[in-house]
Amino acid sequence: MAMLQAAVREPGAARLLRYARRNPATTICCLILLALLLVAVFAPLIAGDPIKIDPARRLTPPDAEAIWGRDHLGRDVFARAIYGTRISMLVGFSVAFLTTVLGVTIGIYAGLSRIGSLVVMRLTDAMMAIPAILLAIAFASILNAGLVTVIIAITIPEVPRMVRLVRSVVLGVRNQPHVTAAVSIGTSGLPLVWRHILPNTMGPVLVQATYACASAIIASAVLSFLGVGISPEVPSWGGMMADARSVFRLHPMLMLYPGVLLSLLVLSVNILGDRLSDALDPRKSRRGAL
Amino acid sequence: MLNYIAGRIASAIPILLLVAIFIFSLVNVTPGDPAVLIAGDNATPAQVEAIRERLRLDEPLPVRFFVWAGNAVRLDLGESIYSSQPVTRLIAQRLEPTFVLATVTLILTILIALPLGVVAAWKSNTWIDRSIMAFAVLGFSVPVFVIGYLLVYVFSVRLKWLPVQGYSPLADGVLGTLRSVALPSLALALVFAALIARVTRAALLEVLSENHIRTARAKGLSTWRILVIHALKNAGVPVITVIGIGFATLIGGVVVTESVFNIPGIGRLTVDAITRRDYPVVQGVILFFSVLLIVINILVDLSYALFDPRVKG
Repeated sequence: MAMLQAAVREPGAARLLRYARRNPATTICCLILLALLLVAVFAPLIAGDPIKIDPARRLTPPDAEAIWGRDHLGRDVFARAIYGTRISMLVGFSVAFLTTVLGVTIGIYAGLSRIGSLVVMRLTDAMMAIPAILLAIAFASILNAGLVTVIIAITIPEVPRMVRLVRSVVLGVRNQPHVTAAVSIGTSGLPLVWRHILPNTMGPVLVQATYACASAIIASAVLSFLGVGISPEVPSWGGMMADARSVFRLHPMLMLYPGVLLSLLVLSVNILGDRLSDALDPRKSRRGAL
Repeated sequence: MLNYIAGRIASAIPILLLVAIFIFSLVNVTPGDPAVLIAGDNATPAQVEAIRERLRLDEPLPVRFFVWAGNAVRLDLGESIYSSQPVTRLIAQRLEPTFVLATVTLILTILIALPLGVVAAWKSNTWIDRSIMAFAVLGFSVPVFVIGYLLVYVFSVRLKWLPVQGYSPLADGVLGTLRSVALPSLALALVFAALIARVTRAALLEVLSENHIRTARAKGLSTWRILVIHALKNAGVPVITVIGIGFATLIGGVVVTESVFNIPGIGRLTVDAITRRDYPVVQGVILFFSVLLIVINILVDLSYALFDPRVKG
C-alpha cells in the first residue's frame, strides 16, 4: 500500500520516463506517431509547394531547394512526401473513428436485440464474404473521387469486423451480475447501455480501432496506387508510388521515400495496437504495462 | 458427415444471395443513372439508350435483379462494355496466372509460417521468439506493393536473377512460369506468412500448456516429436481458420500484386475494368472472388473434421 501511494505521488514526468525505459518499442512508436502528426499539421512550415509543376527540371537529383529531388513532372518530392502525411493520417484516423462509432452502435444493438442479432449477423457474413479491398475499390470508383469518398469506401468494409467484436463482448457482458443487477433495479434503455455495457466494450474496441486505422492507411495507399483514390494532384504516398512506377528502374528512390514513410506509420500503429491488446488482456499483462 | 457437409453448403446460400444483392446494388442503387454510369463520360445519347435497352434498365429493380442473378447462376455475367466479350470468358482466360500465383503463394506461406510459428512457440520469450514476432509485425505492416518493389529492385534490377515483370504461361514451360511468379508470390507470402506465424505461435502456446503434452514429455518423447506430432496437430484448427480468413487479404493482395508485376490475371482484369468503368466486368469479378471466398470457407470448415474428431458428430 505504501509503495502504491509512493508510485501515485511520483511526479508525472518521472513516471513517464520510467515507463519509457521499460517499454522502448511502445515509446518509439508513440514518438514516431507524434512526429508524423506534427509533420502533418505543420507541413506548410516544413516544406515548399508540393503541387507546382516544373517540366524543365523533371527527375533532377536532390538540390538545396528540393532535398529529395524532383519527380516526373518536376514536383518537389520532399514536399509531396511531407504533405502526403496529411492524407494518410486523416484517412487513418477518420476511418478508425467512423468504424468505432458505427461498429459500436450496431454491435450493441445486435448484442441486445434478438432480431437485430439475426439480421446484423447475416449482413456482416455477406459483407465479409466480399474481399475488403475490392469493395473499397468498387465504391471509390463508382462514387466520385475525393477524400470523403475514399474514407467512406474504406470504412464500409471495416465496420462488420467491429460489429461482430462488439456484439460478442455485449453477449458476454449481458448476463454478468452487475448488468442483471442494474436491470433488476429498473435501469433500461440508454442509461443501461451507456453506464453498464458500453464501458465494458471499450478495451477490445480500442484495439480493433487501432488495427482499423492501420489497415485504412494501407487501403488508402492502395486506392491511390491503383488510381481510384483521391485526385492525382493531391500529394499522397500511394499516389507518389503510382507516379514513380514508370521511372522505377532509373529512379528507385522516388518509390522508396513514400514506401518507407508509409511502412513506418503503419508499423507504429500496429505495434501500438499489439501493446494495447497485451496490456488489456489480463492473461498477458505483466506488471501492468499501461 | 454428409449431413454436416450438406448443412454447411445450405448455410452459404443466404449469404451468397445477400452478396449478390450487394454487388447488384453497387452499380444500380448508387445516385445517378446506371446507363450513364456504365456508358462512361464520352458516350452519345444513342449509346446510353442502347445500354438501357440491353440491360433492361427500364424495368423495376427487383425484376432486373432476378434477371441478373438468374443469368449469373447460369454462368452468364453479361458482356464487357469495353471489349464486348462475355465476362465469364474474360475471367476464364485470366484464371491461370491468378491460380498459379495464389497456389505458389499458399505453398510458400506455409513453408515460411509454420516453422517460424513453431520455433517461436518453442523458444517463447527468448530473443528468437521476439525477432520472429518482430518480423511478423513488420510483414503485415509493410504494404504488399512496397515489398514487391523492394524485391524487384534487389532481385531483378540489381542482381538480374529474375524477370522484372510479366507472366510466362504454363504452356511455355513450368520453370519459366515459376520464375515469373517467384517475386510476386514471395511478396504476397511474406504478408500472409506474418499473419499465420503469429496465430501458429499463439495456438501452439495454448496447446503446449495442456496435460497431454506434459505426459508426452514425461514419457521421454523428443521435443521435435512433441512439437510437430502432438502439438501442431491440435493447433491445426485455429491455424486453418486463419488461413481461411487470410484468403480475403490474399485476394486483395493478388489484385495489387498483379498490377505491380504486370501479371495478366483476374486481379489485373479487375483494376483495368475499374479504370475503364466496365461495370459488368467489375460486378462479375467481385462476384467471382466472393464465391471463391465462400467456397474456401466451407472447405476450411470441413477440414476441421480432419483435425478435430468431435466435429464429425
